[in-house]
Amino acid sequence: MTSDNSIHVPEAPFRPGDSASFGKWEYAPGDLEKPDPETCSSDDTRPHAEGLIRVLGDDNSRSGAWDPDIDDGILLEGLEHMVRVRIFDERMMKMQRTGKLSFYMRSLGEEAIAIAQTMALQNQDWLFPTYRQPGAQFVRGRDMVSMICHCIGNVEDNVKGRQMPVHYTYRDGRFISVSSPVGTQFSQAVGVAMASAYKQLDEVTITWIGDGASAEGDYHYALNFASVYRAPVILNVVNNQWAISTHANMASGSSTFADRGLAYDVPSLRVDGNDFLALYSTTEWARQRASAGKGATHIEVLTYRAGAHSSSDDPSRYRPSDESSAWPGGDPIDRLKRHLISVGSWSDEKQDSLEARIDREVMQAYKEAVKYGDLAEGPYPSSDSIFTEVYSEVPWHLREQWDEMNRLRGD
Amino acid sequence: MSEMNMVQAVNSALDTMLERDKNVLVFGEDVGYFGGVFRTSDGLQEKHGAQRVFDTPLSEGGIAAIAFGMGLNGLRPVCEIQFADYIFPAYDQIVNEIAKLRHRSGGEFWTPVTIRTPAGGGIRGGHHHSQSPESQFTHTPGLKVVYASTPYNAKGLLISAIESEDPVVVFEPKRCYRGPFYGDPHNVPTWAGHPDADVPEEHYTIPLGQARLAKKGDECTIVSWGTMVHVCEKAIEMSGASCDLIDLQSLVPWDRDAIVESVSKTGRCVIVHEAPKTSGFGAEMAASIQERCFWGLEAPIRRVTGWDTPFPHTTEWDYMPSPSRIAEAIRETLEA
Repeated sequence: MTSDNSIHVPEAPFRPGDSASFGKWEYAPGDLEKPDPETCSSDDTRPHAEGLIRVLGDDNSRSGAWDPDIDDGILLEGLEHMVRVRIFDERMMKMQRTGKLSFYMRSLGEEAIAIAQTMALQNQDWLFPTYRQPGAQFVRGRDMVSMICHCIGNVEDNVKGRQMPVHYTYRDGRFISVSSPVGTQFSQAVGVAMASAYKQLDEVTITWIGDGASAEGDYHYALNFASVYRAPVILNVVNNQWAISTHANMASGSSTFADRGLAYDVPSLRVDGNDFLALYSTTEWARQRASAGKGATHIEVLTYRAGAHSSSDDPSRYRPSDESSAWPGGDPIDRLKRHLISVGSWSDEKQDSLEARIDREVMQAYKEAVKYGDLAEGPYPSSDSIFTEVYSEVPWHLREQWDEMNRLRGD
Repeated sequence: MSEMNMVQAVNSALDTMLERDKNVLVFGEDVGYFGGVFRTSDGLQEKHGAQRVFDTPLSEGGIAAIAFGMGLNGLRPVCEIQFADYIFPAYDQIVNEIAKLRHRSGGEFWTPVTIRTPAGGGIRGGHHHSQSPESQFTHTPGLKVVYASTPYNAKGLLISAIESEDPVVVFEPKRCYRGPFYGDPHNVPTWAGHPDADVPEEHYTIPLGQARLAKKGDECTIVSWGTMVHVCEKAIEMSGASCDLIDLQSLVPWDRDAIVESVSKTGRCVIVHEAPKTSGFGAEMAASIQERCFWGLEAPIRRVTGWDTPFPHTTEWDYMPSPSRIAEAIRETLEA
């Protein structure tokens, strides 16, 4: 017996040579009501999982039920952090191109996510990021010099040259160590949150995963465990359309990423990821729910990866070069800036001087960081760090191998 | 002291630690209300409450992941993987995550997870209820690995594992839960009257990394762990030889000094494990022992192991090292 069946292999909407066109979003800030986070059911959020929560409209104004109760001072702080991430990334990328870093990953176009979401949380809340949320560290007060030292892997790298660049660890900011295996943090975050619940502390854990990694088992473990144990966790899927060259339509057959959470009975929201205010608002909502003991929220953060996956990637090989500019969500920094200008709280001149100031700040941090060693010349962390912190104490078999290394290097 | 089988000893270890440290949480599939399919957590939920002893979804990857997160956030999670054969969905979380957190974060974060898992054959469990995958964890920097063999060491090792600041995988030989096993499936005794079934009810530890001399002799050194320790005891008797029988107890770190000392005395060594031969932990030991004892060896180091095949069901007695196979290896080693 034969059939006409074949494997359906999804294709990306646009490939090099195509002219990318997403049309205009039909979603507007006034579309969606804001349910009570402490009493709503997952089903109450179905419109939010299928629609798109926006606050910043196409006319640069803020409006709608999801407009958070925050003043322009907070927005200016957010704008500054986003600009800091972007300029920092540009400088680091230049360092990589000139051989001063082995590798780099930018947050280009996604700066609002880590900044707004972290700002909407409390300082005791745990951050469980991917490599695309380093900006959260600026919100939590991390010194830029120490971040650059990590990326170089020099003597001042707090993870001692053990991890690739951008795999930050920052315990003081409750920013948990970034791991290369994509998705593992998503389910771990549920355990962190369960521990907070067990200790009866008002701590919420937030974590992020990419659209691509949401195909990993860990994504589903996380949703299931978060649902079963009602863990105080905020589970974000950052749908930036691309996982290296794999389009988001390869990661899921459902119509949105958000609506997958409803099957787990977890309230699920889909938010404009380039809209600082909407991100702030949804995260604050999810935090309130978690803090009240009502459990997890699942959020699809709809955005676009405007840059390459990493310094090793060339997106012109798999997507049209104009696709980023065709993205209907615009640019998160530009949108917040235009809003603040429209309400008279900001100006192009102030933006220029902010950028100049941060540029100097980054240059100064860079110059200080390379004093502790650069990639080409070192000094690097002592190779003793190969053997330390593998265990809480050094067991004999590592001690022997460490001694052997020392003999070979003439110590 | 009271007489306990290995199930009761494990239960007593968990109970002791739940009592002593409010940060200890015990969870896994069927672990809570029911008390575990092997009964190792029987009564613990009732005694310590469902906040501390609870059931999980059938999701080994999820169990290991939440253990990672809890350990990172100040708790001492003790999770059960119901059969070692089912640990592989959790392998990424254990190998890449739990084992590496301290190192990769420059010591800023760590997670002292204990993973208990019943392992090994002899219960007619077929391929997927019989494997002994210890070497898949001994090859992972950052993990400690222990393998119990008696009620006494099951409790002492488990308490050490829970108190360790490092993640530990604890293998429990399910064949020995209710009695030592001497290789005869038609004659399986209980732990009643066995000296190693005398278990203190209170807290005690067996240091990780320390082997146990189960039997003393001078002609040959036999090294084993888990169920095979008892099978070796029978084999030594059959061989008529005078042997040191060393129960390794800890595989990472392992007690090389104890074994080198014994082999230096006997000049002969037979290593016995249930797991397949190729890349089994016996290979690591044989290589290390010859580095230290080469000039004192009177015979090649022998390994008696499970075959390099999937674990069988009804023919498991031809798969697992039997007393006669081991006895023959001992005799050949003595004659070499």
